[in-house]
Amino acid sequence: MADVNPPNRPLSPFMIGPVYRPQITSVMSILHRVTGVGLTLAAILVVWWFLALGAGPADFARVDGFLTSWFGGLILIGSLAAFWYHFCNGIRHLFWDAGYGFDLPTVHKSGKAVIAATAILTVLTLILAF
Amino acid sequence: MAEFKLPKNSQVTIGKSWPRPEGASNVRAFKIYRYDPDTGQNPRIDTYFVDMDSCGPMVLDALIKIKNEIDPTLTFRRSCREGICGSCAMNIDGINRLACIWGMDEIKGDVKIYPLPHMPVVKDLVTDLTHFYAQHASIMPWLETKTNEPAGEWKQSIEDRRKLDGLYECVMCACCSTSCPSYWWNGDRYLGPAALLHAYRWIIDSRDEATGERLDELEDPFKLYRCHTIMNCAQTCPKGLNPAKAIASIKQLMVERRL
Repeated sequence: MADVNPPNRPLSPFMIGPVYRPQITSVMSILHRVTGVGLTLAAILVVWWFLALGAGPADFARVDGFLTSWFGGLILIGSLAAFWYHFCNGIRHLFWDAGYGFDLPTVHKSGKAVIAATAILTVLTLILAF
Repeated sequence: MAEFKLPKNSQVTIGKSWPRPEGASNVRAFKIYRYDPDTGQNPRIDTYFVDMDSCGPMVLDALIKIKNEIDPTLTFRRSCREGICGSCAMNIDGINRLACIWGMDEIKGDVKIYPLPHMPVVKDLVTDLTHFYAQHASIMPWLETKTNEPAGEWKQSIEDRRKLDGLYECVMCACCSTSCPSYWWNGDRYLGPAALLHAYRWIIDSRDEATGERLDELEDPFKLYRCHTIMNCAQTCPKGLNPAKAIASIKQLMVERRL
């Protein structure tokens, strides 16, 4: 029977990691969001670079100096990996939207394929760029 | 709104360690979530030691043994002990399972048992499922018909009946809904995988004549579309069902009827 005055019940623990074991499903889903947000920030970074280009040589040197420093490079390589992850997992989502690939073995296989493809494409892009 | 921390009254403390069984060589530790509504103290994790040589193979066997032999106040739901009633759903070793059909040989190290995640706790491993059941009721889990009742039964072809396979087996244990991060954070308005799987079960039933109304009811940014195809539901379902696929099928029907 439902309580007339529900007591102040505690909320059961739910946190991914300490309580709910990370699943390939949930981790890849959260990564998709994180990379999506990250790419938006990375796009702002690129716009900042272009703005500096228009603002003159001194400004450009400053921004370019940051972006080509080891820290800037780390951010750009991270953004590159985020781009490929979001791209590949986005294709996975398109298949789901079309109604394909829902059985668990396929979900696990396509998930691993996305991770592998992200690594390969990131390295390949870096090789082609340098 | 997404929350990542438990409220103050829900934070878990370290509880009591119960005595080890005497003369037992094959002992296993169980770390179990305890909450006593009568004391009003924060939940705690108690440690029990069970002699595995005199215990059945399933997690539920150990829980019953603890309740019988060590601590009669340990509270949990159970009934059929064969995975058909869905009562003993709980978070075992970090994933939602039915305790009765989850073997302890599948678990490495200590056995950690929590109630179903992100639910109000009544006592120990018993969660309040009122809202979960209300959501199930809201999808009209019955046959809606408009034509006159036939003289015999409502008949269905073998092919049409086959469409219900993988849906009707759901036992409403709530493992899927409480494994879904989207349901944790929007469970007040998002119906969750279990209720939506049931919604689809009635939508594609060839005998049901309220398909349009059912879809109208679900055409809502929260009720249906908070599913982001995370797939934790299918990953955890103790019956091997695929709520994510059922939800995707509803989304497809939503698009198809607009064309």
